[in-house]
Amino acid sequence: MTAYETQGFKLDNSGKRVVVDPVTRIEGHMRVEVNLDSNNVIRNAVSTGTMWRGLEVILKGRDPRDAWAFTERICGVCTGTHALTSVRAVEDALDIKIPENANSIRNIMQLTLQAHDHLVHFYHLHALDWVDVVSALKADPKRTSEIAQSISSWPLSSPGYFRDVQNRLKKFVESGQLGPFMNGYWGNPAYKLPPEVNLLAVTHYLEALDFQKDIVKIHTIYGGKNPHPNWLVGGVPCAINIDEVGAVGAVNMERLNLVSSIIDRTIDFIDNVYIPDLLAIAGFYKSWTYGGGLSSKSVLSYGDIPDKANDHSAGNLLLPRGAIINGDLSKVHEVDLRDPEQIQEFVAHSWFKYPDEKKGLHPWDGITEPHYELGKNAKGSKTNIEQIDESGKYSWIKSPRWRGHAMEVGPLARYIIGYVQKNPEFKEPVDKVLKDLGLPLQALFSTLGRTAARGLEASWAAHKMRYFQDKLMANLKAGDLSTANIDKWEPSSWPKETKGVGFTEAPRGALAHWVRIKDGKIDNYQCVVPTTWNGSPRDTKGQIGAFEASLMNTPLAKADQPLEILRTLHSFDPCLACSTHVMSPDGAEMTQVKVR
Amino acid sequence: MVETFYEVMRRQGITRRSFLKYCSLTAASLGLGPAFVPRIAHAMETKPRTPVLWLHGLECTCCSESFIRSAHPLAKDAVLSMISLDYDDTIMTAAGHQAEAILDEVMTKYKGNYILAVEGNPPLNQDGMSCIIGGKPFVDQLKRVAKDCKAIISWGSCASWGCVQAAKPNPTQATPVHKVITDKPIIKVPGCPPIAEVMTAVITYMLTFDRLPELDRQGRPKMFYGQRIHDKCYRRPHFDAGQFAEAWDDDGARRGYCLYKMGCKGPTTYNACSTVRWNDGVSFPIQSGHGCIGCSEDGFWDKGGFYERVTGIKQFGIEANADKIGGVAVGVVGAAVVAHAAVSAIKQSRRQQGDASEQNK
Repeated sequence: MTAYETQGFKLDNSGKRVVVDPVTRIEGHMRVEVNLDSNNVIRNAVSTGTMWRGLEVILKGRDPRDAWAFTERICGVCTGTHALTSVRAVEDALDIKIPENANSIRNIMQLTLQAHDHLVHFYHLHALDWVDVVSALKADPKRTSEIAQSISSWPLSSPGYFRDVQNRLKKFVESGQLGPFMNGYWGNPAYKLPPEVNLLAVTHYLEALDFQKDIVKIHTIYGGKNPHPNWLVGGVPCAINIDEVGAVGAVNMERLNLVSSIIDRTIDFIDNVYIPDLLAIAGFYKSWTYGGGLSSKSVLSYGDIPDKANDHSAGNLLLPRGAIINGDLSKVHEVDLRDPEQIQEFVAHSWFKYPDEKKGLHPWDGITEPHYELGKNAKGSKTNIEQIDESGKYSWIKSPRWRGHAMEVGPLARYIIGYVQKNPEFKEPVDKVLKDLGLPLQALFSTLGRTAARGLEASWAAHKMRYFQDKLMANLKAGDLSTANIDKWEPSSWPKETKGVGFTEAPRGALAHWVRIKDGKIDNYQCVVPTTWNGSPRDTKGQIGAFEASLMNTPLAKADQPLEILRTLHSFDPCLACSTHVMSPDGAEMTQVKVR
Repeated sequence: MVETFYEVMRRQGITRRSFLKYCSLTAASLGLGPAFVPRIAHAMETKPRTPVLWLHGLECTCCSESFIRSAHPLAKDAVLSMISLDYDDTIMTAAGHQAEAILDEVMTKYKGNYILAVEGNPPLNQDGMSCIIGGKPFVDQLKRVAKDCKAIISWGSCASWGCVQAAKPNPTQATPVHKVITDKPIIKVPGCPPIAEVMTAVITYMLTFDRLPELDRQGRPKMFYGQRIHDKCYRRPHFDAGQFAEAWDDDGARRGYCLYKMGCKGPTTYNACSTVRWNDGVSFPIQSGHGCIGCSEDGFWDKGGFYERVTGIKQFGIEANADKIGGVAVGVVGAAVVAHAAVSAIKQSRRQQGDASEQNK
């Protein structure tokens, strides 16, 4: 048994151990184990990243102009965000300035991702933690219609419409082939919605599934496809031609109109379906205040969405930048990704090896060597883990720390920092939601707060898409058609040795890539991604990461049904393929690694 | 949501008459007489949906994300009305042992009759533990579920070839599915990711015709992977006329000239991007100004930089070969569409086995 206190949490692993593996409705593979006390309250939480792909090893020796395509494949859910981070890192290293049009198009693509990803997360990955599908069968469709019409002007809201969905749902359930709804936790007392709201949410689950495919067409227009659109070091690959011969072969008025109409429909759907649903559901869960974890203590955001091209200083970034530590909301600290003392990664509890594991390493100087082993108190065997031993190594995720602190990143972190900075674009929507729900500011620091911040950010992103599309049009009208700067395209124009860092705010939080270039090739590449921050295992001081902290002190309605665990973990929108990748000073050696 | 196949077809505007005609084509294509038509119709109207178990190994989930973009059929209809997607850890409600229990149930109840769809691939280094599911190596789960499946769909370039994690030096020894499972029919649907409508077309083809699509020697459906992107590229006339973009955002780029000199891999990539296009036909990489990176080809990460010109293109003899390949592809599509050619099931299987003459590589 181990019991100790860290970051204001009392950890105690003496109670009954519950294992959830696989954690589903996330990107990638993850395991979580918790200890429950006699009242089924979580007193210890252990999260394990259960996959590793080694992408940064693979990048070594490649052409830096190709790196975006490799890193984009880190994640197909937050598709494009790693590619954007990568081209920024390379442009930083080579001092390449991009045209204004390229900045606008990149921002539109990144915001498209935010809007799409948040929408799909809410309805298709997260909703079933709040919504009981089977309960919707008992709903009165007329009442559902009344509720729908009272919260939104969305036209698909007649009693007949909801009755039709309910009838199809009924036939589906009666068939006995429940597909993705099989073995769900239906009827669990932790579900609080009345049947009518469940029917509303199930209906919009299906509507959102139909609509989400249209949002990403913006990536298809500017980037050629989605998932995994194309990017370019120096700008964007799509040329613009408004009135010359051959315009039909480039981005032209018809293409720009298509983008514009999709933006309008995205704003409409998010503001009239997603946000009203979010508020309606939240209204029934106001008393479920768990899951805050580190959000009231330590949050981090790098900032993103540069208004003008090539200026990555905080004042030019539309998403907030800064760090809050020790729960002191009165001070937002400056963040410098180049400072070797600020961001460091530790591996004491990760399946990697450092020469000195007491020390952390800045990403520009990071080393990694896989080292899979279980702690001495683990149960089962190396290839059949029954129980993790968190006192030893236990995850494929490293432990990044900001000035030694474990940090939470993501939409809630961004909204907290924006709120504290009194930025009206973030403060006013938060104040309005809290007022509408009759909740104090403290309610923000919770699972529900995380979910609400994501919804608000989806709306923010959709409106900013409009801002940048208008900006793009104004620039075209002024006669600037440029989309790429090729002055330093040829490696012969590069310095012999250089390094750079690029960053974004991915849907899940702060994301940065650090690159070293030598003789025209990648010498070293390192990514520290949102789920590395949130899903980090413990460090040498025993500090827990954001996932583990968020589960602490949460009661389970039924010990054998991990509904509340899933609900809180999903509120982070975990992305395991992102978080579990490493680099090594000598990639070739790693193929020889055999763990015995 | 639990519509039968027939109901879905009706809702998509297909008449009862067309449905019956379609049933008779199916009967003919299976080598069955007209007497079987009512039986096929009855089965289509009432049969349970085919269970699909969709496993995830080392991957990035782009294949799942692509799949839900399908416009025809809508992903909603594919998942809820055409198949029964009983296991897919990306969207399923259940987690942990409740999720694992589903595998056992379906594998027992539908022994030999479920489809295994694989996204990603198993790593073999680190004792297989660089991809852990339920405390065990993913490769164990893959082998267990493959044992009693009817067929395997290898979604995307990870499952088909290895893709990015298998790029040199492949630190986890990520291994494509067909090198681990050798005793089941495997349909490779490569691409990073594959086109959504190609994914749903492969599934609906199998359900509709109750057989596997015709595959080329590498195991890809000929109907979608029979031609090179270059063969049907709308910029092809510029290639033939010698009009090329020479630099990003130059006059040639703005006029939609050929991207060959910018490193486009269209001439060596077999996929449907230039015909089906992406996201409901909106565009495809070349149309949006970037060359094809060849993401559906085996080992495309290690075939030189994405901006290096494809060398040795002349040896392909573009015109002659393109024509030859084109002819074959028309034949394949024709065989699929004009099923009333009464191709017998036996003949069908024979054709699937040895057709090196149709090979184009």
